[in-house]
Amino acid sequence: MDKIYSVNGPVVKVRNTKSFSMLEMVYVGNKRLISEVIGVNEDFTTIQVYEGTTGLMPGEPVAGSGAPMSAVLGPGIISNIFDGIERPLRRLEDLTGAFIDDGAEVSPLDEEKKYSCTIKVKVGDNLSPGEIYCTCPETPVIEHRCMLSPLSKGGEVIWTAEDGDYTVNDTVVKIKNIYGEIEELTLCQKWPIRTPRPSAKRLPIDKPLITGQRIVDTILPVAKGGAAAIPGGFGTGKTMTQHQLAKWCDADIIVYIGCGERGNEMTQVLEEFSELIDPRTNRPLTDRTVLIANTSNMPVAAREASIYTGITLAEYYRDMGYHIAIMADSTSRWAEALREISGRLEEMPAEEGFPAYLPSRISEFYERAGYVKPLGGGEGSVTIIGAVSPQGSDFSEPVTQNTKRFVRCFWALDKSLAYARHYPAINWNTSYSEYVEDLADYYNKNVAPDFMAVRQEISNILVEENTLMEIVKLMGTDVLPDDQKLLIEAARIVRVGFLQQNAYHKEDTYVPLEKQYLMMKAILQFYNLAKKALAGGVNVDKIIHCGWVEKLIKVKYDIPNDKLEMFKDYESQMEKDFAQLTEVR
Amino acid sequence: MNLKYIGLSEINGPLVALDKVSGISYDEMAEIRLDDGTKRLARVVEVSKDKAVLQVFEGTKGLSLKNTATKFEGKPMEIALSTEMLGRIFNGAGKPIDGLGDIYPEKYADINGKPLNPVSRRYPRNYINTGISSIDALMTLIRGQKLPIFSGSGLSHNKLAVQIVRQAKIADENGQDFAIVFGAMGVKNDVADYFRRSFEETGSLQRVAMFINMSNDPIIERILTPKCALTCAEYLAFEHNMHILVILTDMTSYAEALREFSSSKGEIPGRKGYPGYLYSDLASIYERAGIVKGSTGSVTQIPILTMPNDDITHPVPDLTGYITEGQIVMDRNLDQTGVYPAISVLPSLSRLMKDGIGEGFTREDHQMVANQLFAAYAKVSDARALASVIGEEELSDIDKAYIKFGTLFEEHFINQGFDVNRTIEETLDLGWTLLSTLPKSELDRVDEEHLEKYYSAEKASALTQE
Repeated sequence: MDKIYSVNGPVVKVRNTKSFSMLEMVYVGNKRLISEVIGVNEDFTTIQVYEGTTGLMPGEPVAGSGAPMSAVLGPGIISNIFDGIERPLRRLEDLTGAFIDDGAEVSPLDEEKKYSCTIKVKVGDNLSPGEIYCTCPETPVIEHRCMLSPLSKGGEVIWTAEDGDYTVNDTVVKIKNIYGEIEELTLCQKWPIRTPRPSAKRLPIDKPLITGQRIVDTILPVAKGGAAAIPGGFGTGKTMTQHQLAKWCDADIIVYIGCGERGNEMTQVLEEFSELIDPRTNRPLTDRTVLIANTSNMPVAAREASIYTGITLAEYYRDMGYHIAIMADSTSRWAEALREISGRLEEMPAEEGFPAYLPSRISEFYERAGYVKPLGGGEGSVTIIGAVSPQGSDFSEPVTQNTKRFVRCFWALDKSLAYARHYPAINWNTSYSEYVEDLADYYNKNVAPDFMAVRQEISNILVEENTLMEIVKLMGTDVLPDDQKLLIEAARIVRVGFLQQNAYHKEDTYVPLEKQYLMMKAILQFYNLAKKALAGGVNVDKIIHCGWVEKLIKVKYDIPNDKLEMFKDYESQMEKDFAQLTEVR
Repeated sequence: MNLKYIGLSEINGPLVALDKVSGISYDEMAEIRLDDGTKRLARVVEVSKDKAVLQVFEGTKGLSLKNTATKFEGKPMEIALSTEMLGRIFNGAGKPIDGLGDIYPEKYADINGKPLNPVSRRYPRNYINTGISSIDALMTLIRGQKLPIFSGSGLSHNKLAVQIVRQAKIADENGQDFAIVFGAMGVKNDVADYFRRSFEETGSLQRVAMFINMSNDPIIERILTPKCALTCAEYLAFEHNMHILVILTDMTSYAEALREFSSSKGEIPGRKGYPGYLYSDLASIYERAGIVKGSTGSVTQIPILTMPNDDITHPVPDLTGYITEGQIVMDRNLDQTGVYPAISVLPSLSRLMKDGIGEGFTREDHQMVANQLFAAYAKVSDARALASVIGEEELSDIDKAYIKFGTLFEEHFINQGFDVNRTIEETLDLGWTLLSTLPKSELDRVDEEHLEKYYSAEKASALTQE
């Protein structure tokens, strides 16, 4: 039996042993703390422990598990809440009370619950990896599809159970592979969390993840299967933005990873999501949500693992043909966990104390996003939306910079916008989305043929305003010529009326693409009419104070999402008003 | 096991090492007895098969490689807990220093605590009325929240903390189950004394447990101070169902002690020399606030920290802001113009506010008023920046109106005075009066109905006349 040689925080060393392999999951000490091997050399095997190491003593046993750190995948994941190493927190609560004890062993999935299964194969069928052999309703909105693990060699079905109620560990199908080995298939399987699950093919990215948030959907869209980052200092609304996306985006399943964040926030997600009704399915949002909560005071090594656990769960559902969105809040805490462990291992630090392998770890993570054809056929996608918490709100720090290299959509949150309570505080000048071109066809085909053209005009107004602002900051708006005054006013409508969105207003918290388009059209109509009136000699103050500016700013509240025909009235009324304005002159 | 080890093999700063030891566990406590009979406490911070590294709480002054005998206790640092702790004064390691003798413990608890399971938490929703307008209206304190005060040396953060304690106590329905746990890390003698006197004057001394580590006390004890204080707070809140307000001052000294300790251990430093685990460490303190299902008590934290050089991007305030649920930021300019409390409204924030205000808690228009005040005051700084370039005379009328609003807002709303206790209605009405100095068309964050109900040009002009 191998024994502990030394303990330093979450890092344990075992001396002179050859029994462990790299990244193997091991049990440390008498309490059997869950741990992972992170370094092997002739003298020492280095192990990081996912739980508190207080009370651990040199000489206590270390037992191998023979397998890498793996997630158990099967029905019972959705609407559950796990810690960073897939221990269900509700079960832990039953076991150890409100405070989490070390060494509590619980199985990730409920082993007693029975699922009503439909067997999808019959004796004599050939089953290859990724193919579905059994389905069962996991929640009222998600059908669980058990697939042959990609680790299996596949083979011929030699026995199946009847359709009926089974637990996750019951054998439902037996297959025999070409070597004559028999494999018993249950409802669950294991997958090493640090290895991406294979798929047949990556497909091109050309569908947007529709979120109902105006600045995201029209100005800075993210594609299904894409990756986006939300960097922002504290108090700029990262978490709020992620909550909004998790609530309203059109993914089938949300994996919400609370990585090193506040406990109360996770409680809030739990409470809020069970009360909120998903408009598409009429069921609580929890029916499509998985929570991974590794709060900031839970062990740091498990924080590092939580990101991988989350993405493995997402890939598993992707392989069933679902579209998944991952909210990772926050990847900076994960990077700091890497730094902390790296420091304990006395590795040579690179920038700001972060290990030199930080960029490669970040890219490995974001590369697991994608729109794919799973092994079993069909289509599925994983979209990653990672929050970044830059130190001192300084975007030049290593985590933000490296993240920027590996995502194609960057929603930079801005302190001054947040101070003015302009939410979402995404700064339209410093943010970008490279998906705009990939998605242009989708918008033009599905919303309006001129959608992209309209979007471009709106964004031009903002760009021009930005240039003018330099002068305005120095001299005030009074010195500007009339046409520029008008532009400033139009930009104000775009900013306050369009970009700013009220998460607490029932009409404004989610806005369909159609309405977003009509709102932009209305703003442009105003701007064009105003320009014409100005050219016709109408006083600029008169135009600004004709009442339409305020009306357009409030249009988001005044026209409900299900009465979009009202935009027609607005259009004709605006024509009339402007015609009058020109006449009066 | 009661083996004693004679002598040490190495002494380095607050750390000592012992060779050829066995049966020592990580995080275990030890007692080091010197030749002269004095005792010191130490904790195991690193252990391998035949070597243990210990941190000595009282410092290593006077230790030599020979003159000590070390006895290991076989368990992590624990603190004796009892309801009698209220009204008493302890050092950073939880030993009574008020000369009234030891307490009779009802139980012992590990000071490191254990992480609270997120599913066992109850989301905090009850607001605490502090009677201070800027806090109540704009960054409402919620029971179970952790809301730090970001201050600078020489600002009135201590006074503000005392005022919160005094007025929040009165606002509590019966005041019966309300208590304060006060942790002072590396504070000057007179600061500790100021708090003690203030508690005495408000008659709440019997409800305060004080954990005091002066600036000339050993740094290892400083690292323990907040942990002891919070263990005491959790015990009173979750086992005796009390509402506990924890005040921790000054978190910057705590972080500096941690840095000193880390560098003497030879750890690789992160930003500004602070250890790479500063975030996790601070989180292990701040996260010990909240409400637990199955108990009616709560732990609310108001940590105070001084921002070195008033820099909010310094690692300590920066990391704190990422963990806590908002922050109250103090401003030196306001302070110099005689405004008390000198709260800088724009960077201040309470994250839990949105769910604890409005109808049924405060008043239905609270959120709107708060948003509008924030938005208007944000415009004031733009207008002021412009005025400093082109002069106030040249400003447009609307910018002038904002400048005036800004001055009135600072004079009447933020500036309140140490003895003034305003109800939430008074505060919100005052907010409306100030907003009424602006033209109606500028108020885009409030809806028509409430604009009609509360907008009052007469009140506004009355205020301007004053």
